[in-house]
Amino acid sequence: MTNQTEVKQNKSVVANAFNNGLNWVDERFPLTSNIKAHLTEYYAPKNFNFWYYFGSLSLLVLVLQILTGIFLTMHYKPDAELAFGSVEYIMRDVPWGWLIRYMHSTGASMFFVVVYLHMFRGIIYGSYRNPRELIWLFGVGIFLCLMGEAFFGYLLPWGQMSYWGAQVIVNLFSAIPFVGPDVSEWLRGDYLVSDATLNRFFAFHVIALPFVLVGLVAAHIIALHEVGSNNPDGVEIKKLKDKVTGIPLDGIPFHPYYTVKDIVGTVVFLIVFSTIIFFAPEMGGYFLEANNFVPANPLVTPAHIAPVWYFTPYYSILRAVPPFPGVSLLSIPPSLFPGVAAMGLSVMVFALLPWLDKSPVKSIRYRGTLYKKWLAAFVVSFIVLGYLGTEPANVWGQFGAWLGNADRATVVARAFTIIYFAFFILMPWYTKKDKTLPVPERVTG
Amino acid sequence: MNNLIKKTLLVLAFSASAILPQWANANEGAHLDKAPVDASNHESLQRGARTFVNNCLNCHSANYMRYNRLLDIGLTEKQIKDNLMFAGEKIGDPMKVAINKVDAKKWFGVAPPDLSVEVRARGADWVYSYMRGFYRDETSATGWGNCVFDPVSCKVSMPHVLYELQGEQAINHETHELTLAKPGKLSAAEYDTLVGDLTNFLAYMAEPAKQQRNHMGWFVLLFLGVLLVLTYKLKKAYWKDIH
Repeated sequence: MTNQTEVKQNKSVVANAFNNGLNWVDERFPLTSNIKAHLTEYYAPKNFNFWYYFGSLSLLVLVLQILTGIFLTMHYKPDAELAFGSVEYIMRDVPWGWLIRYMHSTGASMFFVVVYLHMFRGIIYGSYRNPRELIWLFGVGIFLCLMGEAFFGYLLPWGQMSYWGAQVIVNLFSAIPFVGPDVSEWLRGDYLVSDATLNRFFAFHVIALPFVLVGLVAAHIIALHEVGSNNPDGVEIKKLKDKVTGIPLDGIPFHPYYTVKDIVGTVVFLIVFSTIIFFAPEMGGYFLEANNFVPANPLVTPAHIAPVWYFTPYYSILRAVPPFPGVSLLSIPPSLFPGVAAMGLSVMVFALLPWLDKSPVKSIRYRGTLYKKWLAAFVVSFIVLGYLGTEPANVWGQFGAWLGNADRATVVARAFTIIYFAFFILMPWYTKKDKTLPVPERVTG
Repeated sequence: MNNLIKKTLLVLAFSASAILPQWANANEGAHLDKAPVDASNHESLQRGARTFVNNCLNCHSANYMRYNRLLDIGLTEKQIKDNLMFAGEKIGDPMKVAINKVDAKKWFGVAPPDLSVEVRARGADWVYSYMRGFYRDETSATGWGNCVFDPVSCKVSMPHVLYELQGEQAINHETHELTLAKPGKLSAAEYDTLVGDLTNFLAYMAEPAKQQRNHMGWFVLLFLGVLLVLTYKLKKAYWKDIH
């Protein structure tokens, strides 16, 4: 009996000390109020489904990339003479170096997997619509940063694909009228990709872009928590609140409900992630290209230069758009600018989605078949363009003389490039014309 | 739970469909034979190491491979020093060669590449087929041709270093089929085993941590599997009053 009261007293002593400490912090820093605002009293719709795991997973991969990146930086040498060897040193001599390096290289690809799925979620449930336009724009910024990170980071192992991939992409900038050649020289810091390029790409990769990326992620989440999360029904849960408590009727606190749910998603993700890391880190040449195990050689151009899979849809668009033939009378030279511009637009156009979509409903659940057909066409275009971007243009052979012996794959890529852009350009028209279903008052579970 | 599994499988199937085409046509060009790669076969790796050190390591370096890494494949420090090191290196030194790059380029037309990660760049099957693909070609500078190296011209800069063991092959120029014209010290089967062991060693050397990686993977997955069950039950317990 006395023992029990003693335990109770001890407990209350600990609890008091904890509370006093917390009060001390709260008087100087909004700790409790922030935990409430973002976790325990942030009310999220209770009907999140499978697609809603990829936001927290993106954050998880970001943290993994930063942590593994810090340890790689401790052993990597950003020097054209030493870079390739220092990566092999990490793979062989640094304790657990192979694991950290594979986590980072697999993480790069998995980052795009989860971000693409996260973006697709935003598209099918209309998460970019009023009042969430800024969340979407911050998201597009994150996506651009991520592409920059991937591009700059890919040069660092200093293999053949690193070198020639960077050479090709930086050269694209020289197609921009007037300023192009200067811009690409400025990016490279030399007339060709060299030690100077490696040094500055390293700086961009490990400090400049991560800074911007983390800032944008913070803005993305702050904006989200300001307006509240969308959900698979696309209804605003804040419209119907409990009259006494003021809590949305269909809302549940993020913590503990979604924290415990996201942990399950995290474990499933880690199972996929670990399977790749431990059993197939090259992913059949898609995550680590075979040619990148040959040290960079400026004198030997590989027969087939392809970007890593996550860039291939845009790379396909670049190749599909025919060059400007030039006007000899006005002495305007031929130019690759149309393709470069199309590639840039194919990424930037996502930013316009909130203003292109004129549908009265947000979620695909209440949209008509017209929209669904367009979305399906877009998804197919994205995947086919992605596949074609990994292959040389003659992968499917040539058409006969009736089509000027054109490469089949190029013609197909052109058709799908048109569909890709039509999905965006025609969106105001088909979303208005689409026959939508009535949206319920409450979420449907 | 069922739903979750279905969706996970869906994602896996989706990623597999993106990868399979690449695997299907990964070895375009010459026909390649399957290399007998088995990192757990230490005797094969040790024989391969000996073949590598005696025959390849005169021109080809393995700059990222240290001699004492061979402890991994069951050799002792004394065995390594006595049988595999000839130039007074230290046991922790990498496998360097004395050949001068400029000289090498003058002699062969191209400097012999470092072989540390060759199998990761070309594939084990390629190396296995290549080393068995030399034939006598009097028209070439070295006296040897190899259609694995270049399926179109069948030209190759490297001479057939192991010809005393294999003998000389002749080629049918139409079918690219090889026949043994002059037998060497080894029978065809013995030579295949020798090259198989060598390839096995090169594959091991390209990623020495691979075995440890595969071995560890099962424990990681087992741990995550248990964690999945626990976290799923936790989620169920918390969510029972929702809906």
